[in-house]
Amino acid sequence: MLQTLVERFPQFLLKTSAYRGQDTAVIKREGLLEMAGRLRDDPGLQCDLLMDLTAVDYLKYGRSLGSAPTRSTPSPLPYYMKPKPTTEIWERAVSNETYRFDVVYHLFSSVYHHRIRLHVPVTAADPVVDSLTSLWAGANWFEREVWDLFGIRFTGHPNLRRILMYDEFQGHPLRKDYPVNKRQPLIGPTT
Amino acid sequence: MAVVQPATQTTHMFLNIGPSHPAMHGIVQLIVELDGERVLGADVEIGYLHRAFEKECEVGPYNNAIPYTDRLNYVSPMINNFGYCLAVERLLGIEATERCQYIRVIMSEISRISDHLTCLGASGMELGAFTVFLYMIKAREWLWELIEAAAGARLTVSYGRVGGVKADLPDGFADRTRRVLEDVRGVLLECNTLLTRNRIFVDRMQGTGVISKERALSYGITGPFLRATGVALDVRKATPYFVYDRIPFDVPTGQHGDNYDRYLVRMEEMEQSMRIIEQALAQIPAGPLNVDQAGQVLPADVMVDEAKLGHVAGFKQAQVRLDPTLQGSTRGFHEAINAPERRAVLPAKEDTYGNIEGLMHHFKLIMHGHGIRPPEGEYYSAVEGANGELGFYVISDGSERPYRVRVRPPCFTIMSALPELIVGDMVADIVPTFGSVNMIGGEMDR
Repeated sequence: MLQTLVERFPQFLLKTSAYRGQDTAVIKREGLLEMAGRLRDDPGLQCDLLMDLTAVDYLKYGRSLGSAPTRSTPSPLPYYMKPKPTTEIWERAVSNETYRFDVVYHLFSSVYHHRIRLHVPVTAADPVVDSLTSLWAGANWFEREVWDLFGIRFTGHPNLRRILMYDEFQGHPLRKDYPVNKRQPLIGPTT
Repeated sequence: MAVVQPATQTTHMFLNIGPSHPAMHGIVQLIVELDGERVLGADVEIGYLHRAFEKECEVGPYNNAIPYTDRLNYVSPMINNFGYCLAVERLLGIEATERCQYIRVIMSEISRISDHLTCLGASGMELGAFTVFLYMIKAREWLWELIEAAAGARLTVSYGRVGGVKADLPDGFADRTRRVLEDVRGVLLECNTLLTRNRIFVDRMQGTGVISKERALSYGITGPFLRATGVALDVRKATPYFVYDRIPFDVPTGQHGDNYDRYLVRMEEMEQSMRIIEQALAQIPAGPLNVDQAGQVLPADVMVDEAKLGHVAGFKQAQVRLDPTLQGSTRGFHEAINAPERRAVLPAKEDTYGNIEGLMHHFKLIMHGHGIRPPEGEYYSAVEGANGELGFYVISDGSERPYRVRVRPPCFTIMSALPELIVGDMVADIVPTFGSVNMIGGEMDR
């Protein structure tokens, strides 16, 4: 699967990896629409289901939120709690400082039953990716949700408005700099 | 002479259904544009049950999320538990024991039947078949009693654990389950007689809420809803997890993608689930033997007091008598249902109460700032929920808290297709169509 991708889309790929048996391709933002379309329509790939679309904010990656011991100040672990030596190392393809967000697509083929995960890194200054609503009708709500919770915009989306939060909500709650206990201004019927 | 009446002015009517409406299971708002009784356009407003599940998961350690997963699809919480545990286990690189995997299969299928019973019973009730609702809820009650016997709770079970399950199955569970399944079959037969050829029911269900195979795939719809359009896609078959690949079962499909086919698919899926449970009960590796009949059985508080005083001689073999809510997790049972992985699995209660190593181990997993620490990485686990593919996408940054937990709720995609399903039908058809979507607010809004 990954081999096929490397052969067909070398110009879009930043990195491919298989971690815990799951194939992941990190791709450039410009190539998303074309690559997703080819993944869907190519007779050998036929990833016809957009299973999931979400995003990740890497702002505080590796920096734990509270007073708990982190990687920089590890607490002594007894031998049985130590991580097992492994050859599988997961690493992000781009730096967390430059590319704050990843938009993550999970595609699935209803014919071949294989899965592929696409990561599209975007910067905090320009959090925009192309909308996939032209390819999958299901992308509509998924992208609205990502806009609502992460503030990532999708060019070409027909109706990009909040979905889980109400319209008056301020901020994007799944961003890591949104405090978990933040209060929102009260709204109610206007007098 | 006659006064010419001006032609009647007709305008389209906008109607709000919900958020609080008896047919809108949970709370959701439909805004429909009507021409007479015909639906011309529709919009769906969701989010009324948003409880920040994903944000809350990032705040606490990995095990903190398990009770929250109960509240996603609250009709079949076991499946959510296991889906989340599966993702964390894969990140850790551990595998549950064989007996545990069978237990997970059995409990998932019991949950699936209860979910389908609720969906079909409620749909039937909304179409006037109140008897069916009562019959099906009666059968669901029997299944929930089974769940209660194993997990100690009926609805918010929190039965899954990373690396295992909370407790082993109670004594006589297999026989009891077989008897219950016989009774459930009887109920299903009665409901089948009442509904499947019932003229009123068929007329309301057939040809309403139609969606084509291509559109369903485009919307990302999975589960019984997709299978009713004729696509034989089931996560249990396509990418088997637990021990589903060892158990033969059929994936029922429909042809027309309408409400009636979805009803038939769900009815048949319950039968297949029962088939899975019966085979799993026959295949499940034998339960634990009580290790040491000569070992003393101490009440838990006595054991803790004695251990504090240092009277631990003989505790290696001693068994503890636990509170009923913890039954089935003592030594012997513990090894059978939990992965041999001390990074993730709590020690048996005898060790926690009886010796310092066990107590430290418990501490290292439970106390603030400690806990399971999967290596850096990401994993998307997919299990077949009652409504379709239930995905948990977990990202670890190596700390004791999940960096990100994403749930792929199966009914979210189906709800996004709802406008397309109801446009062109009558107002009255919204009710069976919405019923067959089986929207679960907790799962969709998270």
